[in-house]
Amino acid sequence: MYEHLETAPNPAKLKRVVVDPVSRVEGHGKVTLLLDENNKVQQARLHIVEFRGFEKFIQGRPYWELPVLVQRLCGICPVSHHLAAAKAIDQLVGIDPADLPPAADKLRRLLHFGQVLQSHALHFFHLSSPDLLFGFESDIGKRNIIAVLGDYPDIGLQGVKLRKYGQEVIRMVSGKRVHGTGAIAGGMNKALSKEERDYLLEDIDRIVAWADASVDLIKKVHTANLPYYDDFATIRSNYLGLVKPNGALELYHGGIRAKNDNGETIVDHFDYCNYTDLIHEEVRSWSYMKFPYLTSIGKADGWYRVGPLARVNNCDFIDTPLAEAARVDFKQHSPEAMVHSTLAFHWARLIELLHCAESIKILLHDPDVMSSDLVAKGEKRYEGIGVIEAPRGTLFHHYQVDENDIVTKANLIVSTTSNNMGMNESVRQVAAEYLSGRELTEPLLNNLEVAIRAYDPCLSCATHAVGKMPLQLELLDAQGDMIDRLVRHGDGSFEH
Amino acid sequence: MTKPILVFGYGNLSRGDDAVGPLLLAHLEQHADLSRVELLTDFQLQIEHALDLQNRELVIFVDAAVSGDSPFGFSRLAPRRDNSYTSHAMSPVALLQVFENITGEMAPPGFLLSIKTTSFELGDGLSASAEDHLRQACRFAERILALPARKILAAAEEYRETASHC
Repeated sequence: MYEHLETAPNPAKLKRVVVDPVSRVEGHGKVTLLLDENNKVQQARLHIVEFRGFEKFIQGRPYWELPVLVQRLCGICPVSHHLAAAKAIDQLVGIDPADLPPAADKLRRLLHFGQVLQSHALHFFHLSSPDLLFGFESDIGKRNIIAVLGDYPDIGLQGVKLRKYGQEVIRMVSGKRVHGTGAIAGGMNKALSKEERDYLLEDIDRIVAWADASVDLIKKVHTANLPYYDDFATIRSNYLGLVKPNGALELYHGGIRAKNDNGETIVDHFDYCNYTDLIHEEVRSWSYMKFPYLTSIGKADGWYRVGPLARVNNCDFIDTPLAEAARVDFKQHSPEAMVHSTLAFHWARLIELLHCAESIKILLHDPDVMSSDLVAKGEKRYEGIGVIEAPRGTLFHHYQVDENDIVTKANLIVSTTSNNMGMNESVRQVAAEYLSGRELTEPLLNNLEVAIRAYDPCLSCATHAVGKMPLQLELLDAQGDMIDRLVRHGDGSFEH
Repeated sequence: MTKPILVFGYGNLSRGDDAVGPLLLAHLEQHADLSRVELLTDFQLQIEHALDLQNRELVIFVDAAVSGDSPFGFSRLAPRRDNSYTSHAMSPVALLQVFENITGEMAPPGFLLSIKTTSFELGDGLSASAEDHLRQACRFAERILALPARKILAAAEEYRETASHC
């Protein structure tokens, strides 16, 4: 596809353009382009410029601290890490997913649906709707949520309230908005009280209706811009994610399914505890983020995409009615077995948001979420593996402990890592098809960011501080001398 | 019943000095009269936090800062559309602006208590200087929260004058 643009043969003679950091994504990444004298793109890369050292952070801690501790790895999806860690430490106390009390299983699912709902709402309404509603190359002053609130007040407000509702689900289930202790080894810390359940039920019909309307909105935006939306940043790939035993969409627990670009099954209902037999990670010298691939296919062609597009592509159906109707509609728009359009990530994401809203409603009507049978106990083990579908894709937590219950080894594969090759390929597709040979401007460079943002990457650091989020765009000539420079400071002001 | 004063400290407890916001709140929880003060913490400011500003007489944001010479700063904020919405995290002024956009009401008076910090490594504790700055900021926060809401604005002005003479 576009791998020939990963490394230019003679980089020293080329102009270098840097987008640093990529905005409206979590964490710190940058894009570099190398251009020849005719502005033809010869090399394009998305780099991750921060080494996170998660494993070192976790090793040496007692395992029961992990569900709280790992929430601090990421300010955007702490609940995903919380639940993946909880599933892993269940195994350390001898509890497999089937042994979890039904109440604990349902409360964890409720917590997870709340998390995915708020994360998807944030991504679509806050981070992506400005591009989608105003245009990728629109004035930079327009590309923000405040402009959306001004021009589309109903849509903007629904986004804020959807996000808030998801956070309220998290708060009710785990006791706190952040740093909650909802899940513990072998179960859950607390059930919902009747008051908490009734509080969440008050708004759920409105939330389902708004989620349904958001799917209509993205379908309208996507189909109104065909064939452009089906081409922009689009690449063919393998797809990987969890599915239920009956093939339905699954976010909390299931077997791994991987399909190739033609929709043919590579593996199905694969036990994630054997993930090291399925996936290897390649290191490349120019990025801190690894490049995972399916071992059976190999480095060159075994890379895969995860997240909403992969999940909606891979599943046979969705077990909530509105989301299933939306999935059928989504699949019908493509002539192929798999939808490869990178911008269709947004559409798939909102189908999942609708599924989460419907699932929350179902669970709130289930008396088990108020049950007091919350914890199971078993025989100690020395290794635990937890895998869930985080908002951005499949998330792996793997721990080993010693006889004193101290973590001696930890391995995490976060969702965005699995999309590393996909994001790089999408960047190269946009660079080759939409930028190459043109005079580069900020609006034009936003196309690169639009491609990356479709994946909703979490290049997380979960760190912020006043004055720490600059953006610097440099244009250098063939000798490496700077021709132009644009800086965005942490307070939002620009310097040219 | 919504309490009239909101103190919102944000940051990550496991990211070195980034923890100063939540730690200041932990201090207030132990040492301040919270009968009219609500404490709220999160990793970052997000758009839905605009809804937490409703029906407040006053909002104080507490954050780590890497700029400035003083151990801590205390300043009045005006709602403003800046570019912080381009990341997952928002600035306090943008949050005040979002509040006005979605409610059509004037945002409550907002202040930023910024604590000078230096180090943000995953797994690190507070640096020695941040610990000292946090201690000073805690004393200041306790003092102003003991004042009636309307006098906090005057206290901010007084603080600014004092700081400029240091």
